[in-house]
Amino acid sequence: MAKIKLSERKTEELKEVCRTFRNEKGELINVLHKAQGIFGYLPAEVQELIAKELNVSVAHVYGVVTFYSFFTMVPKGEHPISICLGTACYVRGAEKVLDEFKRILKVQVGEVSADGKFSLSCLRCVGACGLAPVVMVGDKVYGRVSPEGVRDIIAEYGN
Amino acid sequence: MEMITLTIDGKFVEVEKNTTILKAARTVGIEIPTLCYFQLKDMEIENRPGGCRICVVEVLGRRNLAPACCTAVSPGMEVKTHSIRVLNARRTVLELILSDHPAECLTCAKSGNCELQKMAHQLGVREIPFQGAQSTYRKDTSPAIIRDIDKCIMCRRCEMMCNDVQTVGALSAINRGFMAVVAPAFEMNLEKSPCTYCGQCVSVCPTGALTEVDHSRNVVNALADPAKTVVVQTAPAVRAALGEEFDLEPGTLVTGKMVAALRRLGFDYVFDTDFAADLTIMEEGSELLNRLARYLKGDKTVKLPMLTSCCPGWVNFFEYNFPELRDIPSTAKSPQQMFGPIAKEYFAKKLGIDRRNMIVVSIMPCLAKKYECQREEFKINGDPDVNYSLSTRELAQLIKQANIDFNVLQAEKFDQPLGESTGAGVIFGTTGGVIEAACRTAYELHTEKKLKKLEFKELRGFEGIRHATIDFDGLPINIGIAHGLGNARKLLEDIKSGKSDFHAIEIMACPGGCIGGGGQPYHHGDSAILQKRAAAIYKEDEGKTIRKSHENPFIIALYKEFLGKPLGEKSHHLLHTKYFDRSASVLVDE
Repeated sequence: MAKIKLSERKTEELKEVCRTFRNEKGELINVLHKAQGIFGYLPAEVQELIAKELNVSVAHVYGVVTFYSFFTMVPKGEHPISICLGTACYVRGAEKVLDEFKRILKVQVGEVSADGKFSLSCLRCVGACGLAPVVMVGDKVYGRVSPEGVRDIIAEYGN
Repeated sequence: MEMITLTIDGKFVEVEKNTTILKAARTVGIEIPTLCYFQLKDMEIENRPGGCRICVVEVLGRRNLAPACCTAVSPGMEVKTHSIRVLNARRTVLELILSDHPAECLTCAKSGNCELQKMAHQLGVREIPFQGAQSTYRKDTSPAIIRDIDKCIMCRRCEMMCNDVQTVGALSAINRGFMAVVAPAFEMNLEKSPCTYCGQCVSVCPTGALTEVDHSRNVVNALADPAKTVVVQTAPAVRAALGEEFDLEPGTLVTGKMVAALRRLGFDYVFDTDFAADLTIMEEGSELLNRLARYLKGDKTVKLPMLTSCCPGWVNFFEYNFPELRDIPSTAKSPQQMFGPIAKEYFAKKLGIDRRNMIVVSIMPCLAKKYECQREEFKINGDPDVNYSLSTRELAQLIKQANIDFNVLQAEKFDQPLGESTGAGVIFGTTGGVIEAACRTAYELHTEKKLKKLEFKELRGFEGIRHATIDFDGLPINIGIAHGLGNARKLLEDIKSGKSDFHAIEIMACPGGCIGGGGQPYHHGDSAILQKRAAAIYKEDEGKTIRKSHENPFIIALYKEFLGKPLGEKSHHLLHTKYFDRSASVLVDE
């Protein structure tokens, strides 16, 4: 595991988050949520810092991070792609859409493309079932996506 | 206290409110089987995650079965612990656990001592009907402990010991569902974690998932090599526990039989770590008096309280967690590591042999000692002062393998000159013993008077943190004692924040001290065994003619002939060490 250096600004921001939660052990999950918001993911260095601030063991922090599927230790790409695999999207062919993204970007779910531009993840329902199947890129929602339309979506982000 | 009446298997039981069904049943002689549940009563250690479901019982009027270990009794409750429904469920639970467990009993290090194996035997399991996937995980070998997580049943006892009792925080349950394992942060190897090698995880593991690194083959090879002079030293706590491996009553002292067995195994010299313990007292006691004298003269730079340094698990703990306090512990090496250089730099020279042709083996109640003897600072040109450290369990194994009928052995005496010890050296094996031994010597050296009573009963006991003030003839000395690293942490936090008024503190990593060490015969949660071992240690002390380290004639001779004086130049060179800041080394992986 190569060490990464966290930026001073973000480190301070995270420490401030811990202080807002009074550096309490019981607030670990809340702190992790905020930390993922700041860094986009939860690298080892962030977990070590949180462990120190909340006075818990790093192993414990890691245990919580690996227990909840929302937390990730993999950095997100510049444009995070999320494919809805909720029931409505699934029955309308979301899996084929997902396969197309995997094929074109040459990544698996939870991975980042080699150029760091795209990351691929799945989610369960974004509340737009009428538009199924739904794909999100960053905050933008795409409805009625077909496998054939995948290349166009990617092209919008200059690839 | 409110009392509650219920029936268990038709027997009336009256217990205090909030008692669990498991404990209530025990009061009337009903032993409900458990697997994940673990308790060390006198230490207030309890693990009851309610995870394994082996202890399920039927409660009249309740829809599902109840886990007895974490269900409280209620008035009028009717409990059945072996109805057909319970027996079927319990068996299925066990069969499911076994279906994800390697069937390697024949070669498993824990065979014969495994609680899962015992349970399968008790429940009469003859086949495993479920053929599902088996979870697998890489094997992790550190200098002292092996993690073979395929054998883990997720009872989480080790996690409880490592986090709640020891506050080491090396292990945690990670991932979820079928992928869940107990592992260090980021699934690194134990060696890269803050593990202190105290071995308490090993001492509570019900299966072979956590075991010690076995060095007994190396020792057998050394014994078979005619070019080597093989010397053995035995720690104080070993003699109070080894007998258990040969079905003797816990607390049976087997000092003489142990010496006889070691001689039959072929060791050239059978010596005693207790001798080195006496030496430790000479150095550590003198260091304490030296620091106190400077303190009384008004020297502001002197570091007090002085902490004992004979426990390698504890040394690892402060190097990782409190590196800023590393100038507080005594610089005296542990008895194991004092013995090493005395054997190789003094005794070997006396025999006229090269130190490389002498193999020093230690028998220890401890797993951290395996790591300690591998430390670079305890080697000269790559040759370790102590070559191999074996646990009490490994020694028992060697004795059995050599066809020695331990129980019929006649008691024999240690060899000289490194086998003579005093009662003070013996009590090192239990919590409070080191500081009591130090007080016996420091008092007499300081006051130049003879102690009227040698026993400092106020320093004894099993309470996690104890304190007492000892009157050094008008000079009150505040003594603190902690056993278990969680208790040690509390005292260290006080020192850090300037709240501590102790002059000296004894710290032992393992609950109970060395008698409860990670290398001792498995106690399976029976804390009475630890009490009996401690009693045996004090009994050995009482039976000694000489009970103060500074009166050991061989220690006196060693100083006269070789070392000079305590804290002198030669002592400094051979018997003292320094500590390192290891906080940064944790978690950094290149």
